[in-house]
Formats: sequence, structure tokens, C-alpha cells
Amino acid sequence: MWEEDSSQKHLLDTMFARGIKRKCFDGEEDIESTLAGFKAIPSYNLQRQSLLDMSLIKLQLCHMLVEPNLCRSVLIANTVRQIQEEMTQDGTWQVINAQNTGQASLDRLVSSDILCRSTKEQSDGKLIPSYSSFSKDFEDIQSQDIISDLSTVTSVQASRNPQGNVWEMENPPENRGNFQKSLDQIFETLENKNPNSVEDLFSDVDNSYYDLDTVLTGMMSNTKMGHCDVLESFSSQTTTNSNSNCKSDINELDHIVEILVES
Amino acid sequence: WKCPDETVHGSKADIISTVEFNHTGELLATGDKGGRVVIFQREQESKNQLHRRGEYNVYSTFQSHEPEFDYLKSLEIEEKINKIRWLPQQNAAYFLLSTNDKTVKLWKVSERDKRPEGYNLKDEDGRLRDPATITTLRVPVLRPMDLMVEATPRRVFANAHTYHINSISVNSDYETYMSADDLRINLWNFEITNQSFNIVDIKPANMEELTEVITAAEFHPLHCNTFVYSSSKGTIRLCDMRASALCDRHTKFFEEPEDPSNRSFFSEIISSISDVKFSHSGRYIMTRDYLTVKVWDLNMENRPIETYQVHDYLRSKLCSLYENDCIFDKFECVWNGSDSVIMTGSYNNFFRMFDRNTKRDVTLEASRENSKPRAILKPRKVCVGGKRRKDEISVDSLDFSKKILHTAWHPSENIIAVAATNNLYIFQDKVN
Repeated sequence: MWEEDSSQKHLLDTMFARGIKRKCFDGEEDIESTLAGFKAIPSYNLQRQSLLDMSLIKLQLCHMLVEPNLCRSVLIANTVRQIQEEMTQDGTWQVINAQNTGQASLDRLVSSDILCRSTKEQSDGKLIPSYSSFSKDFEDIQSQDIISDLSTVTSVQASRNPQGNVWEMENPPENRGNFQKSLDQIFETLENKNPNSVEDLFSDVDNSYYDLDTVLTGMMSNTKMGHCDVLESFSSQTTTNSNSNCKSDINELDHIVEILVES
Repeated sequence: WKCPDETVHGSKADIISTVEFNHTGELLATGDKGGRVVIFQREQESKNQLHRRGEYNVYSTFQSHEPEFDYLKSLEIEEKINKIRWLPQQNAAYFLLSTNDKTVKLWKVSERDKRPEGYNLKDEDGRLRDPATITTLRVPVLRPMDLMVEATPRRVFANAHTYHINSISVNSDYETYMSADDLRINLWNFEITNQSFNIVDIKPANMEELTEVITAAEFHPLHCNTFVYSSSKGTIRLCDMRASALCDRHTKFFEEPEDPSNRSFFSEIISSISDVKFSHSGRYIMTRDYLTVKVWDLNMENRPIETYQVHDYLRSKLCSLYENDCIFDKFECVWNGSDSVIMTGSYNNFFRMFDRNTKRDVTLEASRENSKPRAILKPRKVCVGGKRRKDEISVDSLDFSKKILHTAWHPSENIIAVAATNNLYIFQDKVN
């Protein structure tokens, strides 16, 4: 890998090593000058976008059996924020109310991309990490909030367009408000890779949130099974996707689905 | 620098993940990815071979940590040993702390070279004798036996860390030690395993605001109330435990102002400190970030007093190193016994030494070709551009899979241990 794309990476390296920071364009409403700016240094934007994409891919949680490195994730997330800030200043990222906001909107912006990529992953049949945002610290857990997140995401996802460049889209404020997921979720997901085994979390939750769709996308509800049985089965089954690293027990899943469908 | 008569390898072993001499330098411990600890002991120099330096031979091997499965999170907990720290020797036995991501263990390593013989109630095989057949009584005597070294776990300090432990450090009071993970530092008493004090907590109330983690921590070698911890943003905080129970407010804050001409998207990542070590004197701290080693005077917080470039030729390769994740490699750094020389690792099995007094530095390579017995290590050089001389190696030919992350320096002599993936090299400096 080191040798292969050396020419492209060399350009990237040179570009970034020199610490070129693009000046803010005066007046974001001035589209023409923005376009002119683009033409002047097109490759920088491309390289920066490529770095952003690379970073977001790195942040994607593949279904490892071991918790990912928190330091690495924080550093990558900070890099993503940095790029977003610069892109916001450059006007290459059209966002409603970009100028008035600080940290909060950036996080939402990051979250929107993560969500969209998660949606893409879901269409590929993979488990979405963003569904599983549960903190390990039980004293911090507010189960009701998290459950409301779940239902929110489920409804938002139906209306979202997974295609296209998220950064260019103008998302209506309502949808944006619904994006509860953020880097927060990434970190909480980093803490807790898989929600399947958090039985205590569901013990006092309204069961109506757990319909068949949720089950089939990988969210297993423990409330409909005896706790001990579930724990046993989850020790051998981590996710429902086809990742070869995961020890998925398809028979177990079928069995559980049968029970849920019957009840 | 040269190799003694026998280079010690861990040939079939897993990747070595930590290396540490004990306080006298008589013992050298390594931990590996498979959760094993291997302890080497220096041969006593015998009268017959006055000029022969003591070599290190395997003294004890034991399985410190096993892989575990966290059922609540459905995650594996790696058995990889992240750090080993020795306790000072107080009796015939040796004690060390070893830790993986979640659990710290105190191990006792002791020798047994005698065994009792002549029991009354059981025979030499251990089988019980029929009391009816016993007609006389005798006193068991201790007879010499082949030396046996046994390691027993004396304490297990578990369930105190939500995040991955990156550092442990024994306090100079020899009664307490600290363990640090990404967001918290806990203080333990060696005798108490079911409680620890949380002394640093940087976890934000809202994880959305998390932008910085703890990367390393260490107690002051002399002042039992003082410790430092480093962060992923390139800062070091010195804390005094007398100030308050929770040391979230630092006593000193060490940070170098950023160089605007070198700014890039990778600036923060390469400023992340991967290791922090007090000098033996306690006057200085040394930090390692991706491209440099810095020495700080505890009395000056606004910049380091010395900065050494480890492999500046990588500065133009940062994007590639980001892509292949090498930019996140955590290199350690060590002082020599007199705090005059510092050492750290690099890629291609290179490691670097910097003499603080003469300002000279050298690059050496830990490889099998160079490690024939008594072979003197030849200094290596990386050529950055232009013409490559005969012995030089060009930056693009460096092997980034061969990284030296862990090294150790004997506390008083010029003997170093260098871990290169799954091999351990021990080099000695021929003074005369």
C-alpha cells in the first residue's frame, strides 16, 4: 500500500505538509469569486475532500471484536472538525445558519454525514453502528432518551436521501433538528460496540418500540426473552451482518425472530 | 554499541508490547501481545571471566493475562500487556505490576531452590501413607533442588477502568500506584484491590464535547505527591495530590506554542504525546510526539528546553502515514541512568539516541544482520533527497511495518533493550 498510490499521495503530502491554508473568501454570497477561487486551486479542494472522506471512513466502526482506540478516534474526529470548519469558511459547504453557529452545528453536520454513510451501509446489509449508542456507564444512561433517539432515527432515515453529496444538500431545519446523532454517538458507540447485550437497559422500556424491523436490522430486544437465556445466546452472537470477523449464529437469530413474530 | 555474545530473541513469541528493567538492572521484563511476561536475568559475572559482560538469560515465563470477553459490551478484552512496572525489591522475591487494557495485576516472582524431604504422613511422591504403617517419626529436612522460579499473582486490580489503560506508575512511597486510561486516572493502594481513588477525570459530561484524551501518566520519582499526565493535544499537566482529592485542576501546564509555518491538518495528530517520562533526577520531563522528542524543565511551562528531531523526513509524508495509520503509532522514549542521553525508536527497526551534552545523535538499527555476537552497530543514515550515498537508505525504502515502539535503558549501565516486533535485542556499550 505504501508503494502503490505514491504519486497521488505525494501530491497530498506536499499539499498538506506545506500547511497551505486557504484564505477566507470575502463575502460568501459572492458566488462568482468563489467559483473563481475554485478554479484557481481546484486540486486543493479535491485533496481536502479526499482527506475528509478518508477520515470519515476511518471513523466508521467496522465490526471488530475489540473496542477501537479512543485516542485515534478523537484525533480523527478533530481532523474532520477542522476540515469542516475550513470548508464552512470557504463557503464550499453550504449550510443553513452556518455563520451563526459554533460547535453545535458542526457536530450536527458531522452527524449528518455519519448518518448518511450509515444509511449507505445499511443498504449494503451491514449493521448500523449509529443505532447502538449506549454508554457503558449505567449511571449516565437515560434509557428513555436513547429510545427516543432510536425512534427518531428510524423515522428520519425513511425520509432521507442517502445519495449524493451530503455537504451540498440543504437539509430542512426540521430534519436537522432530528439528527440527534453526532460525534457523541460515535464515542458512545466506541464505548459500547454492540447494543445487543445491554439487557438492563431494556428492562423497563416500553416494548412497543421494538418492532420486527428493529429486530431484523440487528437490534435485539431482551425484554421478550428470559434474561439469562438472552445473555447466553448473546455471548456467541454479536451482530447479524455477514462480517466474517463476527461470530454470528444465524440459527439463534432465526429462533429469536420466530419468538418475536409469534408474540 | 555492540551485541553481547548472545542476542536474545523471542522468536516464536508474539509481538513484544512492553520492555522494562527493574531498579537494579538485574532483571529485564517483557510483555507481549499474547499476555505473556518473560523475565530475563543478568548472569552474575564470574571470577573466571572478568571481562565477559553479564548476559541476560530467561529467568521466568508466565501467562499474566488471558483474553476475556466483556459480555455486557460484546467485546473482547485483549490480553496484550500494555505496561510492566517493577516494584523496588524489599525481600528475596521480586514484584512487578503488569496491565492489559482493563486489569492490573501484581505478580510475585520468587525462587525456590530447596524442598522439604522426609514427611511423616506422605511419601516422596506425595501419596499419603497409611498411618498404621508409621512406626517412627522424623523431622523433615530441606534439601537442595534445581532452581525453580515461580510467579504467582498476588493482587488483581480489576473493574476500575471503563476505557483502555495506557499507563501505570509506582509511587515513590512504594505503597500506592496509579493507573491511567484515556479519560481517567486512578490511585491504588497495593493492599486494597476492591477500591481505588479517582484522581483525574477528564470525561466531559457530554461526550459530544470530547476532544482530548489522556495518553500517558507518571509519578514524580522523588515527590510522592506529584505526577504528570500528557494529552492528545500535546500538553502536559503536572498535578499535586495535596491540593485536592480530584486533581482536575493542574498545578502546572506545559505547552509549546504552535509554529504557524508548520500548520497543517495533521498538526494536532503529530503533536499528540505518546509517552512522558521523568528524568531520574526529577528535574525534567521528556515527551515523545510523532516526529520529535522534547525535554522540559519543570520550572518552565511555556516551552521545552530541548527539542530533538527523530525522523523529520517523515513530515512530508504525513498524509500517507495518516492513511496507513502509522501516524497513530505510539513511540516510547527513555532516559539513560545519568539523564545525559535519551533514546527513542523509529521505523525500519531504527532507533535513535541523543546526547544532551554533546548534542550529537546517532541512528542505529536492530536487525539480525547487525546482531552477530560482538558485532559493533554501525550508525545508519536516512537520505532525504538528491544523491543517496552508498550506506544510506532513502525515505521511500523505509519499512514502516518494522517499528521500534518500546525500548529500555539499564538504570546504571550502558545496556539497552530494544523490542523490534517479536524480537528483543540487547546491546551493550563497550566503554573501554
